[in-house]
Amino acid sequence: MLIYIAQRLLVAIPTLLIIVMASFFLMHGAPGGPFDGDAQLEPEVLENIRAAYDLDKPVPLQFWLYLKGLLRGDFGPSIVYKDFNVTELIAVGLPVSLKLGLSAMLLAVVLGGLGGIIAALRQNGWVDYTIMAVAMTGIALPSFVIAPLLALVFGLYLSLLPVAGWNDGAVANMVLPVIALALPQVAIIARLMRGGMLEVLGSNFVRTARAKGLSEAQVVSRHVLKTAATPLISYLGPALAGVMTGSVVIEQIFNLPGMGRYFVQGALNRDYPVVMGIVVVYATTIILLNLLTDLAYGVLDPRVRRGYR
Amino acid sequence: MSRPEAQLLGSESVAAAGGGHVSASMWRQAGRRFAANRVAMASLFTLGLIALACLFAPLLSPHTLEDTYWEYILVPPSLENSHWFGTDANGRDLFVRVFHGGRISLAIGVLTTLVALTIGLAYGATAGFVGGKTDGVMMRAVDVLYSLPLLFFIIILVTVFGRNIWLIFLSIGALEWLTMSRIVRGQTLSVRRKEYVESAYAIGLPAGAILRRYIVPNVIGPVIVYVTLLIPTNIVVESYLSFLGLGVQEPLTSWGLLISQGAEELQVAPWLLLFPATLLSLTMFCFNFIGDGLRDALDAAQR
Repeated sequence: MLIYIAQRLLVAIPTLLIIVMASFFLMHGAPGGPFDGDAQLEPEVLENIRAAYDLDKPVPLQFWLYLKGLLRGDFGPSIVYKDFNVTELIAVGLPVSLKLGLSAMLLAVVLGGLGGIIAALRQNGWVDYTIMAVAMTGIALPSFVIAPLLALVFGLYLSLLPVAGWNDGAVANMVLPVIALALPQVAIIARLMRGGMLEVLGSNFVRTARAKGLSEAQVVSRHVLKTAATPLISYLGPALAGVMTGSVVIEQIFNLPGMGRYFVQGALNRDYPVVMGIVVVYATTIILLNLLTDLAYGVLDPRVRRGYR
Repeated sequence: MSRPEAQLLGSESVAAAGGGHVSASMWRQAGRRFAANRVAMASLFTLGLIALACLFAPLLSPHTLEDTYWEYILVPPSLENSHWFGTDANGRDLFVRVFHGGRISLAIGVLTTLVALTIGLAYGATAGFVGGKTDGVMMRAVDVLYSLPLLFFIIILVTVFGRNIWLIFLSIGALEWLTMSRIVRGQTLSVRRKEYVESAYAIGLPAGAILRRYIVPNVIGPVIVYVTLLIPTNIVVESYLSFLGLGVQEPLTSWGLLISQGAEELQVAPWLLLFPATLLSLTMFCFNFIGDGLRDALDAAQR
């Protein structure tokens, strides 16, 4: 098991480094820059500004300085938001995005898992068809379509919930964004769970369990669920990636002060340090979660850590 | 995945979906099964209608993409003033814009998928055919890339290289080939070990001929299924970028851009959201049902 953990770590750390490197050199090797808009600047002034942001130094040296900063938790200054550095922007945005994302993940796993289990137990009945039809809708409709529609129906026509705003994370303000964010993942998880359940329900050990006289409830809760849920664990990483990318548009639509908003603003303004910093945070989170799910898999399924697959 | 469907209605008029002479009967059988799947056929028909509308509907309207009517700003859909879908905040005709946007969205969906298909086929077939250590390293790299939020890299690419429509579709295609390469590699690997490939080697057929005659026809089925699912995915990726203002730029338009403009005017002019959102969703449903139908048909035919 220790060797397995070490192997996983040996993959995770270089991956992170490569991500930071690739995005850094892409951004700094690119033609044009964040000061292109200020065409009237005197050459000397521009030179001074570039020097202030270390942009006059050779790119490899800039990378080294950036990496050293990262290790101290310093993401560098924002070029557009003059009074803030990137670390401060992330400190403002991250809690909002985190609260939103975690709620959506939780909802997706609970609702999707339950939906999949029920659909599988009622296979080919009307309950199954209804759940799978809803799942199809969730897969076919991207969150940037679902979100405005939800706001239109529940916010404007029915006036049940606020259309936009954060209001310090009040529950009423969270409902619509979290649902819009979770729905595509609910759909995928429900389909995964249903598929897993059906496969396990048809397997030999379940037949044995039934043959020795266990009630259906006992068969499902003791034997089927544990096996059927393992594919779900390996989907958590991609699910989180989906929630994060979804969060970027959801924050835009519902006007929430999360990290995604700074990310989009940074991308539009070519504010490199902001975009870089947020990508680093996103990538680190996803790599950490993938590491955790790999480890969980190793614990649950001994074949994985011994290297058969 | 078992989907009960009306089977064995086999209409003889259905053209078999091509394929090598090796598996002609399999293709004919799959075609017949697909034709019997009512949901899939209805989706195919609807999708055809949408594509035709995108091509020709703008010609029916007296307005063009750029015409602005200052006396008609945010007017609701109406048959009287020939603004059948209403107008937007700049007084531009939504009917024309929605179908023009559809052209761009569909074109991007297809073109990005072609890019992904090319890269994925080449990469996956190489890994699967060469096998051994090369395969291990190549697939490890795919695993690592797979675990990353690739959309953010598309945003970085767009940030760096500017919002040029050609670059957008190239970068989407260049990042969405991973699953394709996995599918191709898996199929190639399993086909490569089959007895008929072994005997082809034994009678001295060159590798190129084996690839063409035995590997490709057997790999192509799952690839086609995945293509029908990748096109809508890529349409959504483009719409996502356009929605954020990082994709297609004015005066061009796409469904994503129209949806984002619609979301802004939600309170005053909901039709600006409803028309492009309905068309995009309809397209998504159609592609997904067609993909599911193809998978069911091919699965059944291969058995």
